[in-house]
Amino acid sequence: MSRRFILSGSLIIGILIILALFAPLLSPYDPNKIDVENILSPPSKAHILGTDSLGRDLLSRILYGTRVSLKVGVVAVGIALLIGVAIGALAGYCSGRIDALLMRFVDIMLCFPTFFLLLSMVAFLRPTVFNIMLIIGLTSWMGVARIVRAEVLSIKEREFIRYIKAMGAGDMRIVSKHILPNVLPSILVVGILRMGGAILTESALSFLGLGVQPPIPSWGSILMEGKSVMDIAWWMSVFPGIAILLTVLGYNLLAEGIRTLAISRS
Amino acid sequence: MLSYFLKRLFSLVPLLLGITFISFLIIHLAPGKPSYLKEMNPRISAEAQERLIRLYQLDKPILVQYIHWLKRVIKLDFGNSFADGRKVIVRIRERLPITLLINALSLFFILLFAFPVGIISSLKPNGVFDKCTTLFVFIGFSLPSFYLALLLMLLFGIKLGCLPISGIVSFNHSQLSSGERILDIAKHLILPVSVATFGGLAGFSRYVRANMIEVLKQDYIRTAYAQGIGRGRIVCKFALKNALLPLITILGLSVPGLLGGSVILESVFAIPGMGRLLYEATLSRDYPLIMGGVVIGAVLTLLGNLIADLCYAWADPRIRYQ
Amino acid sequence: MYILEVKNLKVYFSQKGKVLKAVDGISFFIREGESLGLAGESGSGKTVTALSLTRLVSHPYLLSGEVLFRGKNIFRLKSADLRKIRGAEIAYIFQNPLSSLNPVFTVGNQMIEIIRLHHRKTKREAEVYALKMLEKVGIPDAYKNLRSYPHQLSGGMNQRVMIAMALSCHPSLLIADEPTTNLDATTQVQILQLIERIKKEERLSLLFITHDLEILRRFTNRVAIMYAGQIVEIGENLFEKPFHPYTYALLSARSGIIPEQGLKGEAPSPFAFPAGCRFHPRCPFKRSICEEKEPILQEKKKGHFVACHFPQTMVK
Repeated sequence: MSRRFILSGSLIIGILIILALFAPLLSPYDPNKIDVENILSPPSKAHILGTDSLGRDLLSRILYGTRVSLKVGVVAVGIALLIGVAIGALAGYCSGRIDALLMRFVDIMLCFPTFFLLLSMVAFLRPTVFNIMLIIGLTSWMGVARIVRAEVLSIKEREFIRYIKAMGAGDMRIVSKHILPNVLPSILVVGILRMGGAILTESALSFLGLGVQPPIPSWGSILMEGKSVMDIAWWMSVFPGIAILLTVLGYNLLAEGIRTLAISRS
Repeated sequence: MLSYFLKRLFSLVPLLLGITFISFLIIHLAPGKPSYLKEMNPRISAEAQERLIRLYQLDKPILVQYIHWLKRVIKLDFGNSFADGRKVIVRIRERLPITLLINALSLFFILLFAFPVGIISSLKPNGVFDKCTTLFVFIGFSLPSFYLALLLMLLFGIKLGCLPISGIVSFNHSQLSSGERILDIAKHLILPVSVATFGGLAGFSRYVRANMIEVLKQDYIRTAYAQGIGRGRIVCKFALKNALLPLITILGLSVPGLLGGSVILESVFAIPGMGRLLYEATLSRDYPLIMGGVVIGAVLTLLGNLIADLCYAWADPRIRYQ
Repeated sequence: MYILEVKNLKVYFSQKGKVLKAVDGISFFIREGESLGLAGESGSGKTVTALSLTRLVSHPYLLSGEVLFRGKNIFRLKSADLRKIRGAEIAYIFQNPLSSLNPVFTVGNQMIEIIRLHHRKTKREAEVYALKMLEKVGIPDAYKNLRSYPHQLSGGMNQRVMIAMALSCHPSLLIADEPTTNLDATTQVQILQLIERIKKEERLSLLFITHDLEILRRFTNRVAIMYAGQIVEIGENLFEKPFHPYTYALLSARSGIIPEQGLKGEAPSPFAFPAGCRFHPRCPFKRSICEEKEPILQEKKKGHFVACHFPQTMVK
């Protein structure tokens, strides 16, 4: 079961990476080329998925959208992991008062409805792609911190760590060389899972017009355009969503597969 | 029980302080001087900017600012909205009921479906039914709610034309009889509530399943079988009550997700709730309104957790009679 | 007359593609009114044996053989008929009374449930009856304790509740699976005396499972010793004259005689038992045949069976 999950998940992600890398080669048109002759033309031989309200080729825009989505997933999760691992490791390793304080901080952050937090930050920052990724990272590290803390706590008590400590190794060295590598599988799983989540968040923000700004093609913003022409151009609201669904599904399958594989191994 | 309640209440104080502090930090996300705010929102007049500085005391030392902010938050005074000059708390108060209604309805339907689905799949883990629901769960987790909303709008609103896709009342609402009015609102709520229900169903049915699997392994279930009690009764009475307990906590923890989700849901369906209010506030950079919404959202989450904890303590005899 | 007869019972489980032979072809009987003791190390298959007598094992890979209760084959019964036997004819007491009672229902609620399941009684009548049962097993202040939750009672009290529940439908066979293992010494004695008393009063047959041989010596007529999913020795006065080296080792390990001949090594993995006699890797008397040929239970003395190629006659 877990193998099938990993296989199908990595297949989807692999294809998406290829699509993103070779978007210029694979796209039949320039994603930003306006074509007034072909405004909102339904799927046809010339435009397989149809065109948008500026006559741009939908397939090309979705293909280029892959780039934004994958990038947001990787960078936002990278930021979340950086913060989450640092705070989780610190809390788990130091325990005591520092631990209590940091975990309280995590509790507090979790009180905020994520989307409320996102919106408030969006309102104060310019909506550049980097800022979007930063905001998503800043609002999604708490789960990572909790998992890392729990793992570090349990690993810290094991024999070999005590032994290394008795040998006189420094704290930094123990954490980075001996504890974190053991936490890596869990970090990997939660990271992959969060990537799906980050892509969902980005597309939702863009769908609300608060994320990636035009003319950069993003699946969410294409859907936003799609909503306004829903009654005359169904393809605009159907196809970009399938791309999001498949991408997130790919990450979720991969994460679940790795997770169950790790459980059955141990 | 009373001491538990007081202890629990007391533990909220640091969290509340933390919430006000974090939200205070968000105001300072705007790098440096208040003029940046003007740059972000060109429509802020010089006078409004002046008011903003006064509202958050942005010209004072940072600690003074925070204490000032804290004092106001405790009084639920978030200043006046830029958009219409009315008090932020009043604007939130009038938008909150519809959001709570939609969330309560969705929770009801989520539980209504999650229980049978979760229980049946827990009876035969990895059976045919369980495998089908696993597939459904993965799709549920991966499907953006706004996309589902769009698809349903496309199907029921445009192709079939049988359901309204925007707002919570029809334009002729005021001319309807009171019975028709309720029916009208109900009709408008079908799609939003369906979308919210679908989103939560995947997660909840998984929790029910996981809890039931765990409970069905316990010794007391074996005892019940050994006494000759039938499987149906064991599952629905003896196991279910035990599996219900952890779900109360999960229910409390789902509050922020539901509230956050209502931003998207209410924006898509143009429902005049708190989520949409916050969305509009963000679009127009109505800072007092945004900050008020964020704090109220977090406080609602705390309240949800508190209520869930109390329900848990009441429902679990091991805590009730300590 | 046998109240229970087990013939060639096998219970296998499948774990990660491997077959776990928990119980591997055992046969025994219990006479009407008799107490049979079942002893062995943990993991030898005692509990699985007890559970399979009313098909309580969950998801077995294989459950074969015959379990005849008053001549009826339990394994052939429809589940509705089986439920009429469970609780009403064959009742269980488990170890860990606290975890064996449902934590979110009161003692009374759980008792009334089973009383009304097997008897036609109103709620009120069932409650009166439950009170009577609680008093019978020596629970003080029965009225108050009927409204208690299991976590509010001590381990000994909970075990008394379990016994009251087991008795409430007048079973004829009581299966007690290590009923005193997790109780402190004084409570242990009290519970054992209680079981002995109710056995007499209710004219019960008893299957008593424990790894405490001293208890079996005092409370049972016959004893079966299990090792690696099989019965290696069964009979009366087993402790006076054990034939099997394993029984002997168990006894000496306990009483401290010849400790160097006590139990050496670990119990074999139930995934892969040793060929021949399953005890041979730990047996001080093994010879080459023990590694090749599996010994079968043979009558050594009247009513005393042993599965060993070289049964020892050792007087303790």
